[in-house]
Amino acid sequence: MNNFEWADAKSIDEAQSLMTDASAYKAGGVDLLDLMKEHIAAPKRIVNIRNLQGFDQIKEDGGVLHLGPLLTLAQIADDKTIRSKWSAIADAAANAATPQIRNMATLGGNLLQRPRCWYFRNELFPCRKKGGEICYAQQGENQYHAIFNNQLCAIVHPSALACALVAHGAKLELSGAKNQKREVLLEEFLTLPSVDLHRENSIQSGELITDIRVPTPRADAKSIYIKQGEKESFDWPIAEIAMVLTMDGETCKSASIVLGAAAPVPHRATEAEQAITGKKVDEQSAGAAAKAALATATPLALNGYKLALFENLLTRTLLQAKGNA
Amino acid sequence: MAEKTTTEAPAAAPTEKPPVPQAALPKNGAEKPKTDTQTYPVGIAGVKIEEEERKVPATEAPPLPINEKLAVIGKPTPRVDGRAKVTGAAKYSADINLPGMLFAKLITSTVPHAIIKSIDTSAAEKHPAFRAIHMLDRDRSAAQTEEEKKDNWPRVRYVGQPLGAVCAPTQAHADDIARLVKITYEQKPFVVDPDKAKEPNAPIIFQGNAEQAGTAGGGGGPKDVKQNGNVRGPVAKGEADKAEIAFNSADVTVELDFRTQVQTHCALETHGLVADWKPDMLTVWASTQGTSSVRDELAAVFNLKKSQVRVITEYMGGGFGAKFGAGNYGVLATHLSKKANAPVRLMLDRREEHLCVGNRPSSIQKLKIGAKKDGTLVAMRLQSYGTAGVGTGAGASGPTQNLYTCPAIYTEDSDVFTNAGPSSAFRAPGHPQGAFSLEQGIDSLAEKLKMDPLALRDKIDDSEARREERRIGAERIGWKDRKPAGSDAGPIKRGIGVAQAIWYRIMNRDSHCDVRITQDGSVEFLSGVQDIGTGIRTALAQIVAETLGLKPTDITVKIGDTNYPQGPNSGGSVTTNSISPVARNAAWAAREQFLGQVAPALGVSADELEMADGRVFPKNNPNQSLTFKQAAKKMKVEQVAARGDRSDDYESKKGPRGKGAGGLGGVQFCQVAVDTSTGHIKVEKVVAVHDCGRPINPMGVKSQVNGGVIQGISYALFENRILDRNTGVMVNTNLEQYKIAGSREMPEIDAQLIEQYWGKSSTDAAGIGEPATVATAACVANAVYNAIGVRITQIPMTPAVVLEALASKQKASA
Ligand SMILES: Cc1cc2nc3c(=O)[nH]c(=O)nc-3n(C[C@H](O)[C@H](O)[C@H](O)COP(=O)(O)OP(=O)(O)OC[C@H]3O[C@@H](n4cnc5c(N)ncnc54)[C@H](O)[C@@H]3O)c2cc1C
Repeated sequence: MNNFEWADAKSIDEAQSLMTDASAYKAGGVDLLDLMKEHIAAPKRIVNIRNLQGFDQIKEDGGVLHLGPLLTLAQIADDKTIRSKWSAIADAAANAATPQIRNMATLGGNLLQRPRCWYFRNELFPCRKKGGEICYAQQGENQYHAIFNNQLCAIVHPSALACALVAHGAKLELSGAKNQKREVLLEEFLTLPSVDLHRENSIQSGELITDIRVPTPRADAKSIYIKQGEKESFDWPIAEIAMVLTMDGETCKSASIVLGAAAPVPHRATEAEQAITGKKVDEQSAGAAAKAALATATPLALNGYKLALFENLLTRTLLQAKGNA
Repeated sequence: MAEKTTTEAPAAAPTEKPPVPQAALPKNGAEKPKTDTQTYPVGIAGVKIEEEERKVPATEAPPLPINEKLAVIGKPTPRVDGRAKVTGAAKYSADINLPGMLFAKLITSTVPHAIIKSIDTSAAEKHPAFRAIHMLDRDRSAAQTEEEKKDNWPRVRYVGQPLGAVCAPTQAHADDIARLVKITYEQKPFVVDPDKAKEPNAPIIFQGNAEQAGTAGGGGGPKDVKQNGNVRGPVAKGEADKAEIAFNSADVTVELDFRTQVQTHCALETHGLVADWKPDMLTVWASTQGTSSVRDELAAVFNLKKSQVRVITEYMGGGFGAKFGAGNYGVLATHLSKKANAPVRLMLDRREEHLCVGNRPSSIQKLKIGAKKDGTLVAMRLQSYGTAGVGTGAGASGPTQNLYTCPAIYTEDSDVFTNAGPSSAFRAPGHPQGAFSLEQGIDSLAEKLKMDPLALRDKIDDSEARREERRIGAERIGWKDRKPAGSDAGPIKRGIGVAQAIWYRIMNRDSHCDVRITQDGSVEFLSGVQDIGTGIRTALAQIVAETLGLKPTDITVKIGDTNYPQGPNSGGSVTTNSISPVARNAAWAAREQFLGQVAPALGVSADELEMADGRVFPKNNPNQSLTFKQAAKKMKVEQVAARGDRSDDYESKKGPRGKGAGGLGGVQFCQVAVDTSTGHIKVEKVVAVHDCGRPINPMGVKSQVNGGVIQGISYALFENRILDRNTGVMVNTNLEQYKIAGSREMPEIDAQLIEQYWGKSSTDAAGIGEPATVATAACVANAVYNAIGVRITQIPMTPAVVLEALASKQKASA
């Protein structure tokens, strides 16, 4: 790890004035430290935002749930308000990483963490994401890589919270220098390699996430998140699904379905959404919707198993949503 | 191989059987030691115990009765050092902090196959924190050809190979400085996939014959084996023709292919040591399974007398077979300490630990079994290839050679060199791989014969221990309720499976100790033997306590130091078998001296005295007793002391296989749930029934069984060293993407022990560490078959593997 200067910010203004191109914000530090230890990041200055006050709120106000970026995953997992109507978000937090990490990791950091691709994370591989010529995953060890949008760079987006938040149609408030604020749909904020090879989102230099805003779903909506790992402890998903369904009896009125560990961004399964909307949810329609979701997949040599996995899980989850009705 | 070492392994023992340590050759043949004839219990407690006579050296302690009749031995005993470990008072190698100590960092290769052209250390040496650098002349852990012995620098044969090390006052500085060393390589073609490495036009990894020495933990292939390209072997056992002819007489045959992966040891404590070079004495605090193996290698490399090297291992955080000798890292740390004139600590980081200090070789196995209608085996053949990277010793034929009675067994083992880190001994070398194939082969034979898998094993396995273990295990897992394969409805299917283990009764006569009793009532046990986490410290305290009528906590056990009498290296599950009789004999001899000293005070002769419950008393007058402490005060001298040595195993009639050559047993049962939608396997329950001769501390033995089962499940389902096929770089050099079973992967483990007496030594104890992990992966695979009706012949059984197997079955039946 490189030597660095430590700066503890007391306010947003101070944080932004301490920020330079060679600096990095640190929230929980879980991801940043990992990157530094692997010599993937080498900031000259670390601007600690962990001690900023007032960024750990959980507040429902006028049909919007406000989540502070410094909330820990543990706080999100344990909160009754979140669990009442946004259980996908609570479950995404509860199933991520390990208890120790959930106590340190923040929501903002979770959304902005870098991918876990083992080529990206290893300094011996000058991969495309790091400015090189090659995506080593294409012809390499790609069992954990993307099955959608994987031609340029086959990372999967690492954030479980992003899956659940995209399914819920969440927006981010971003604060730039001189307290300029903008609001952007999370789904649009997260970008594919075809938009930007080197980054996974469109945050601007010095910008901070200052609020995460989640619309309150209709009272009859089902909010579901499931994670499938190879292991149940201390493991990343090989597939995850977040969905928000509104049901009229057994019929699906609207569906928002997101696949995680599937693509370089949380993958919106629009084909499945269309296929199930307006249908009575049963084995057949759920299966057909799941099939539709995978129709456009382009698996690599070693990750073809994810097709069957996602299809089965998606079918199961749709039926589970109905069962909860 | 040492002649004075005994093992119950049959003649055709597997090559990767732990080598049997350099033995003491105490007897010059001049005079025969006096012998006595004694009577020992022999058999299985609760089944049948007989009395048998043995001629034993007169120096042996008298026979012990079976555990039921003992006060301390055989009673579950908490670790005497448990408190020190959980409070952090226990000091491991990485906790050693000496004044002025420097920290070292390895310099490792970044390319898979190359000749080093130049090494530029100038930038490193200019760093203000630089203290010393040392570059290796060869890779001490890998095989080597004659030709390259002249080279100045090691040939680079895998990514992550240690080339040298630097040291500095902090670890952070050492890490930085190591990165400043610039190495220029002439790169050569490489190959990491054993299937490709076998091909005739594959890049050649060793030009000329390559030999790798084994360690006290095993590993290393047999010597002088023919080498063709990257294939070293086959090493054949048995007669091929005889097996072929025998197959013709079979009513039923099964033929199956299997694949197992490379597993790295992943001990929580990485390899490493602190070396303190002083002109007249080198002291090292090493994380090792063999204090004397480290001493011997350092003495040889640095041209010192063994008496000038002291190795200390007070506590150790796991080795699993990979920690013998000084290794590249130990030699480097010692050179650095000598050059920098300061103590040096070198502990590997997790990446280095995965890459350069050993692993369990992979295997690609072809198994054929032929049997008569009634199950009688007529022939078995196993052809196995495996890669030990740049090492040797990937054989997997041990179980096929030794587990079942079969008149014609033929096996071939070959190593395939690849540009990958060398293997080393790993908990029952070759056996989890071999059991994975054999035990699935036996199960599929049972299915073809329409026989129950246990009934078939009753027919072909003559081990009395395993027969009893099958009976106990079947009852505890609920075998009679086992359903036909794949019969559960719904996506989640449950199944029950069984698999058997074999290991050998191996001991090392280089096992010595002192037992001392001092006037203040303190009792000490001293030996170089190390506690590698298995609890030998506690077992030794129990044995001395039993002999002196005391409690284990009354005994101070001082071990893990070459300043004490030489102890055995802990590999091959030899430790308890080797050192426990020595402890018993020394304690008995000390007891005799002690009683001789205190008898006058009690007004009786020494042989009229008894020791029990912390008291010393005349046998015929227990009321006239002294406490042990009071008695000690009556000694006329300050201290009595006795030396214990390991005599050879007592001679016994070589019984049927089950009594001797069948080795140690172990039968495991498990229940799994397979989610056929996701391919996820959950092991829900394991019943592991094992034997280890006389169990000294059943709590310690069960803890070993738990560990063996957990490591076996982890091997069956998760662990896998993944090398990038295009660059040779291991991509999962951490504990995040190198997956190990965690807390939620733990099944209910029901560990059961039987007591089997052989009448072989004064304690009659054998080992458990290795047998406990042999059967697990096979057992999980057999249970998965019972759940889903599809045989998975490859580990790790990840969701990808399971989903693919289910899909190909569906295709086949469509
Ligand atoms: C073993 C392991 C398993 C894991 N498993 C999972 C899993 O299953 N699912 C999952 O989702 N995650 C998982 N994680 C990832 C973990 O959740 C993230 O690393 C963590 O959430 C990052 O949060 P942090 O606060 O520590 O971020 P930091 O490391 O502090 O920051 C990460 C990045 O975000 C930036 N940043 C942070 N906050 C802000 C802000 N408010 N505004 C602007 N920029 C900001 C930082 O500058 C930095 O670039 C796992 C991690 C490990 C080590």
